[in-house]
Amino acid sequence: MSAKGHAHPTLKVYFAVFAALMIFTALTVWAAFEHLGIWNTPVALAIAVTKATLVVLFFMHLRYSPRLTAVVLSSSLVWLVILFVITLSDYLSRPWLPIYNR
Amino acid sequence: MAEAHAAAPHAADPRLQHHFADLAAQKEASTLGMWAFLVTEVLFFGGMFAAYVVYRALFTRAFEGASNLLDIRLGAFNTAVLILSSLTMAIAVRAASQGRKNLIILFLVLTIVLGSTFLGVKVEEYRQKFEHHEVPGPHFVVPEGLPRQAEIFFSLYFCMTGLHALHMIIGVGLLTWLIVKARKGAFTGSYNSPVEMVGLYWHFVDIIWIFLFPLLYLLGRHAP
Repeated sequence: MSAKGHAHPTLKVYFAVFAALMIFTALTVWAAFEHLGIWNTPVALAIAVTKATLVVLFFMHLRYSPRLTAVVLSSSLVWLVILFVITLSDYLSRPWLPIYNR
Repeated sequence: MAEAHAAAPHAADPRLQHHFADLAAQKEASTLGMWAFLVTEVLFFGGMFAAYVVYRALFTRAFEGASNLLDIRLGAFNTAVLILSSLTMAIAVRAASQGRKNLIILFLVLTIVLGSTFLGVKVEEYRQKFEHHEVPGPHFVVPEGLPRQAEIFFSLYFCMTGLHALHMIIGVGLLTWLIVKARKGAFTGSYNSPVEMVGLYWHFVDIIWIFLFPLLYLLGRHAP
């Protein structure tokens, strides 16, 4: 498949990714002190997901790897969603039951 | 000795396992295997994140109040240190792909120094928690003005950061092993999988922290 081996990003790319990660870290700390109502957590998670994506694409070379790697990585997200959906569908729906506070 | 060495590369390179056609195929298999391992790690930590979400939804105020007791400066400093260590690790992997021995060693050492700095700060944070009786267990004292479920927050804090720190310690061990190998000149332009695989592991541990930092340290900071 990739007989030539996968290419590495240039140093410039690495430094740019590092700078972006630092800026996003500062941004998430700043955002935590702002009054965003219900949006504080979604904003924090969006920033974390963005940072994780940068690390995966460039530091972990996903962008330069065979498609199969992306498929394997996606499988982790699929199972993670199953884990969360099934767990939360139980816990978060318990208060709906009339016997909950008895 | 009945069978002669059929394929030349096997005879030529002892680092090539007999069931692979060449080093490139071997590396591709290693990479895929490492990613498969990281998938299991995502779910390993995923269980803890699920527990976190459940209890945070149930005891939101306790979580926000307890989160405020963590030192945001130390947390942010450690985040920066870990991101910087990911950069030095990435450069070490790049140096390995070019077979530049001294550069590999230099950046692996830098990565260890940064990883150890992270762990040192973590030890100081844990020490403060013990001092303030914020460690779950018989000596836990519910912080003033907080619901008693603050203890659940600290249980999760210690489990999640503890498991993360354990991964860091293993990572430092792996880096040490790489340095020993690199000093013997084990890594060349055609063979450097160990450095790449440890790199993947190290970046993964960085990603876990990228989620732990906002979820543990930054709750309810905007609250009056």
